[in-house]
Amino acid sequence: MGEFVVHRVRFFDYMPSAIRAMAFNGSTQRLAVARGDGAVEIFNFADNYFQEKVIPGRSDRAIEALCWVRGRLFSAGLSGEIIEYDLEKLRPRYSVEAYGGPIWTISSNSQETLLGVGCEDGTVKMFEILEERIQFQRNLDRQKGRIISLSWHPSGAQIAAGMIDMIRIFDAETGHATHRLLVERGVGTTRNTEVVVWSVAFLSNDTVISGDSAGKVQIWDAVTGTLIRNHLITKWDVLGLAVSQDESSVIAGTSEGTVVQFQALASTMGQENNQWVRTRTFKNHTHDVRALVHTDTAVVSGGMDTQLVVRPLLDKVEKNTQESALRKILFPHKSLVCCARKAGLLLFQFPDHLELWRLGESSAKGQAGDRLPVMKNPEKLIQLQNKGEDHICCSAVSPCGSWVAFSTVSSVRLYKLQLSNGNISIKKVSKLPKELHSVHQLCFSSDSSRLFASSAQASVVVASLDQLQCKHLHTAFSAFLSFPGSSQPIHLLSASENGNWLAAANTDGQIHVFNLHKLKLHCTLPVYSSCPTAIAIHPTTGHLLSAHADQQIFEFSLKLKEYTAWSRSLQREGLHPLWLQRDTPITHIAFNRNKPAHVFLHDAFMFCIIDQSLPLPQARKKLYNQMDLKTISPQKRMQESHAFKICKMFQHLLSIHLLDDSSLVVVERPLADIVSQLPPPVRQKKFAT
Amino acid sequence: MVEHGDVRVVHKGGSKINFREPALSTDSRFLLCASGESVKVFSTATEECLHALQGHTDLITGVLLRPSNHLQAYSCSLDGTVRLWDFTDGILIRWAKSNRVNIWCCFIYVWTVHLHVCACTELFQLVAVHLPQCGEQLVEAKELSAVLSNISSNPAASAFGREGQYIVSAKPLQLEVYFFKKHKSYSFFLKKDNQKGGKNTFTCITCHPTEDCIASGHEDGKIRLWRNFNHRKEYTYSTLHWHHSAVSSLRFTPEGTNLLSGGVESVLVQWRYNQESQRDFLPRLGGAITHISVSPDGALFCTSHSDNKITIIQSCVKVSAVIQGLVKGDRIRTDLMIEPRSKALVLNGKPGHLQFYSLQRDKLLYNLDIVQQEYIHESGLEQFEVVMAAFDASGSWLATVEERKQKAPELELNLKLWAFDDQKQSFVLNTTISAPHEGRITALCFPHVSDGQTTMLVSTSRDGHFKAWQLAAPAHTEDEGPSWSCDFLGAYHSLVPECCCFSADSSLLAVGFQEVVTVWTPASWELLTTLSQPPGAVRDLCFGRLSCSKYLLGATTSRLLCCWNLLTCSLEWVTSMDVSLLLADPLSENMAAFCFEAGSTDLFVFKPGEPRPLFSHKALCSGRVTHAVFVPREVMLESCDEASQWLNCSHLYFLTQSMDLLTFITKAEEDKLTASSKQLVVSDDVAMTPFHLLLGKHRDQLENPQGSNVSLPQLLQMPAHVLPSASFLCSMFVQSLLISVNKPSEQNKEKEEEMESEKEEEDSDGEMESRISRPEHMPSGESGCAAPALTKEEVRELRRLKKLDHSWMKGLLD
Repeated sequence: MGEFVVHRVRFFDYMPSAIRAMAFNGSTQRLAVARGDGAVEIFNFADNYFQEKVIPGRSDRAIEALCWVRGRLFSAGLSGEIIEYDLEKLRPRYSVEAYGGPIWTISSNSQETLLGVGCEDGTVKMFEILEERIQFQRNLDRQKGRIISLSWHPSGAQIAAGMIDMIRIFDAETGHATHRLLVERGVGTTRNTEVVVWSVAFLSNDTVISGDSAGKVQIWDAVTGTLIRNHLITKWDVLGLAVSQDESSVIAGTSEGTVVQFQALASTMGQENNQWVRTRTFKNHTHDVRALVHTDTAVVSGGMDTQLVVRPLLDKVEKNTQESALRKILFPHKSLVCCARKAGLLLFQFPDHLELWRLGESSAKGQAGDRLPVMKNPEKLIQLQNKGEDHICCSAVSPCGSWVAFSTVSSVRLYKLQLSNGNISIKKVSKLPKELHSVHQLCFSSDSSRLFASSAQASVVVASLDQLQCKHLHTAFSAFLSFPGSSQPIHLLSASENGNWLAAANTDGQIHVFNLHKLKLHCTLPVYSSCPTAIAIHPTTGHLLSAHADQQIFEFSLKLKEYTAWSRSLQREGLHPLWLQRDTPITHIAFNRNKPAHVFLHDAFMFCIIDQSLPLPQARKKLYNQMDLKTISPQKRMQESHAFKICKMFQHLLSIHLLDDSSLVVVERPLADIVSQLPPPVRQKKFAT
Repeated sequence: MVEHGDVRVVHKGGSKINFREPALSTDSRFLLCASGESVKVFSTATEECLHALQGHTDLITGVLLRPSNHLQAYSCSLDGTVRLWDFTDGILIRWAKSNRVNIWCCFIYVWTVHLHVCACTELFQLVAVHLPQCGEQLVEAKELSAVLSNISSNPAASAFGREGQYIVSAKPLQLEVYFFKKHKSYSFFLKKDNQKGGKNTFTCITCHPTEDCIASGHEDGKIRLWRNFNHRKEYTYSTLHWHHSAVSSLRFTPEGTNLLSGGVESVLVQWRYNQESQRDFLPRLGGAITHISVSPDGALFCTSHSDNKITIIQSCVKVSAVIQGLVKGDRIRTDLMIEPRSKALVLNGKPGHLQFYSLQRDKLLYNLDIVQQEYIHESGLEQFEVVMAAFDASGSWLATVEERKQKAPELELNLKLWAFDDQKQSFVLNTTISAPHEGRITALCFPHVSDGQTTMLVSTSRDGHFKAWQLAAPAHTEDEGPSWSCDFLGAYHSLVPECCCFSADSSLLAVGFQEVVTVWTPASWELLTTLSQPPGAVRDLCFGRLSCSKYLLGATTSRLLCCWNLLTCSLEWVTSMDVSLLLADPLSENMAAFCFEAGSTDLFVFKPGEPRPLFSHKALCSGRVTHAVFVPREVMLESCDEASQWLNCSHLYFLTQSMDLLTFITKAEEDKLTASSKQLVVSDDVAMTPFHLLLGKHRDQLENPQGSNVSLPQLLQMPAHVLPSASFLCSMFVQSLLISVNKPSEQNKEKEEEMESEKEEEDSDGEMESRISRPEHMPSGESGCAAPALTKEEVRELRRLKKLDHSWMKGLLD
């Protein structure tokens, strides 16, 4: 496997943002997650929960609710605007002011013709969903107090609104309130504080389920307006509710971090008198569970502790399959770290600034496994603050370390960096070509002479870099026309070492390779069903390696325009089951120049070196056999060793890079560091403490 | 059990009342609990034992009310029988025995027709038994069908579901539900441990009475409520957690509104069904809760506790009564003793207490607080324990030794002497001697003074001394009474004394110093002689009584039992046996030796002067017997049978290693007991006189108000405006007043059918059955009083008469 000097980097203070809202689109299997910083992430549940798209946030955008309408995504927040997102350009398409103060909730009826929003001023506003826009239709009866939560009856004739101390039921036709359900306050000292109905759900059998700040989940009869059942599930708040598609199960998220499931069960067998019974309790969070989604097979929850947890319901899935495993999505599926491998610099991307660090140095030599003393501490060279409200969506540093580029949804900035014996000078390149205004991915060529950017028009912009100018060279528009109607954003770019090729992948799974000399499309790879998560071109052989969300790996020869023999044998023999069971995607591929047969890959929990010269592991053999190999004789070791050499020494990996001096940079972000930055959780009495 | 002549080992007195779940009668007035070989019926109001249902010949393993008749109860026993009792009158109605199953074990579950018995053959099987409905007292259960196999040996781990539609059984990590109608069973598995190290093993199970919900208790203190268990996959459960260690019992209240749970915390927790966040607690109940039962009317709960106690609790979660049995901890340090005044059995009870238990009345009399310090329930904490106690012959003095051992050298000892106060009728502390010896006290002995006051106590200790304590009046003050002080300190060649014994006339004291027995005269404290039979230290010493008082017996560790003649100071005889306990009957010459032989204990009863044992019983019980006592009888038996003669003056009680108090009973005694217990008073052969039929009918109506004429008062009580028109009702009303006279020939067939149906009614109601038997096949030869034989015609006529309305007779009778 080889020995490396490893820079173990733990000074990237990456802090994910809390999850505020979620919405699930069952027809496309896409989950939209809104974070506290205003970013919206789209996860594809059909493709191994891969984070396909990230719409960067804005510092003044506080999203309170999300809503899917036929593949269109709407959000509403405390800014008082309703925003529809352009999921191809990864930016808001337009925003509509609701003129009702901050908006707490947004909900569409099941016919998907109307959008209801609940406002601070006590109005429920109806917006008609048009082909291109939404248009204000009318207000329902204005109430005193804010509208916190909304839920449409599946027939669309009624709408329930959770408010302070009560629930209102409106007739959607007339706009008049038909029922007022008074919600009891908490007992004891909380009797004086008003109770907030954080969430309501209106079921087709005229049952309203509410979750409130007194810790109750209440079941109401909407016809008579009476309370049927009261479940006190926590001392704190019930923050969210979600109903399954068949309305047989409801989940409630609490401030304690628990998710409680209720099921409609027949109390006696063979009868139809279903009762809502509290059944399971899931505890996967340490903090508030703010957002919940009940898919057909799983409970998806997210909250203050920034993790997205997919907890399968074991009665709905097959046991001991990949589907039945609990998944926690901690880190973005896109690298936030960029490495200048010649200069030994690291660029860290934060939502509102960039940090450039120089790696530490050590002159000592040691045995394998030794910890070397650091002679020169790592040093933060520059902190680049982004101006404006928009957050940074991508960034890059050139391999020589003299260029830094980053982009927001509205603009691209390029800086020239000069590092000479301790003096750092930075200069903004002022005149950028106008094609470079909104990009999704940035990448420098290996000789730092070109900058590649995937633009919002599903195209790649190639710009050449001079000393202090950035002269516009070429814009490759024609490349992505092979797929009619596919204007999905390009999320991966990779240039070859020799400057001949540029590979680009989009979220539809298409991978295109461009000839950089001729500046035209060289070839298109066969489209694989799963989205690529990392691509790279081998420096010597010119093979394109791609890793996909379902953990498959392909190798494509650019010369022959076909899959290589190694890739075919990998497909023929199949990957090891343990490899396929990993639940985080491979986010980076690199090559070792000294050993051309070695491929470096990593995900959040391991890094792996694939030795293409060795035989592939068989399914019944042990995948993680590094320790075993150490103990057996060299002759036997030859027989036992296989291509996948996996190291799990480093955990919670954000990135691994191979520097030109054959040392390895490992950027870790221990979970304990993230947890320590979270606000303290609600106090709970623990037995025997 | 092995039969030995006509002497049998039985559980009698002081047996466990917490062995199985007790049953509460429907009206909550009676509590039935299995206690040894009898079922005891307690009154829930007064805590008194009303009577015991005698008849089983081995340990009773289950008591259950008969669902179809609230005045009857089933009991099952290790002797292989199931008996049906009328528990209010204490009458055995019927009993069933099966020949096909070797040992019927454990427990019964009843659901209307079928009786489910867990049979312990090779496998633990749950067997459905159909009891034939016939009049005979002993029936043989032939119809057996196995329902579930390999079930848990714990009766709490199986339960009937709603309306008897299914049965649930829990194995360590599996829940099995068997549906009777569909003949289908579902199994649900749990993982052995969850991530937090909790143990998921099932401990108990119960079913909701009206809904399909199973509650299961687990080792880690969780309660799971299972629902939807008629699906293999979509079953679901919710978890309740309050107990910190295993849940030992669970019960739903009869309406299903509450769930009761209990465990080692000795807190009864009441959960609201479907409002599980609301709970009520009843803490500080004493020992760990082992069973919970609920009366069918829901008015009372009762909890059994590990300290042999049943607590009766009102449904408002308030303790109303406590029934306390003989407290048996995991270890008894004191000997079994008999208090000479009350003849009560005395031994360790609650921590730091001595309990006084009346074996005759089978009732705890009182506890005497010896240590007089608060006991702290915390594991690993060393606290004062009562390790030794002794009464003098008249019962006016009690000596106790308590010790606390923190570390080996720091032994804390207290010798306390208690005088009996006639006014208080209790023992009052007279003298406390702290640190009476430097080492642990090995024996404590009062001399047997038949008249006058005892003034001496001898204690031997590991420090190599024995001390004589003397009661002496205080010299300097007048107002204090006499107290005890050390009179003599004896030692012998710095050997450790192990045991001591006074002769019957208290003129000699024998102290065993390892291999050497020294004989002293207490009058002058002179060493008279030494006796020795090496090798092996003397473990037990005992003087003979009455005519054998010249003999001194000693058991040594080298498996020898020696008998010395004190007149000649020579060894009379010696025999090789590993005596674990040597005991002398205070009322006769007999001595009992419990010998440990090949893992079990044998008993030999002998006279020291005679070489042949009077009685021997091999393999009495497994393990060593270290505690036994002769209890003087209140009435002497006059048995002439040689083997049982030794039981004439006293009972011999002994405590096995599993803390069962057992005793011996003779055949004659047993016969007397069963004769005294009431037999089936109303037998099947009561003559069917016309008067009986009339009166029976009348009683019938008194008991069953829903007779034929219910409609009439109903009609009259109804408000007029809701009634149908008078013309509509008139004919019906008049008809109901008429006495129907039909031709018997026409009605014959119809009558016969009616009679059939009547019979079935009778079968279902055993109370009726005992009174109105079948006249058709009446046994004529069985009864002594000759029943007047009736012809079929006459019977039919009587039947017809019975059908008529005799309510006018009520007026006459009143």
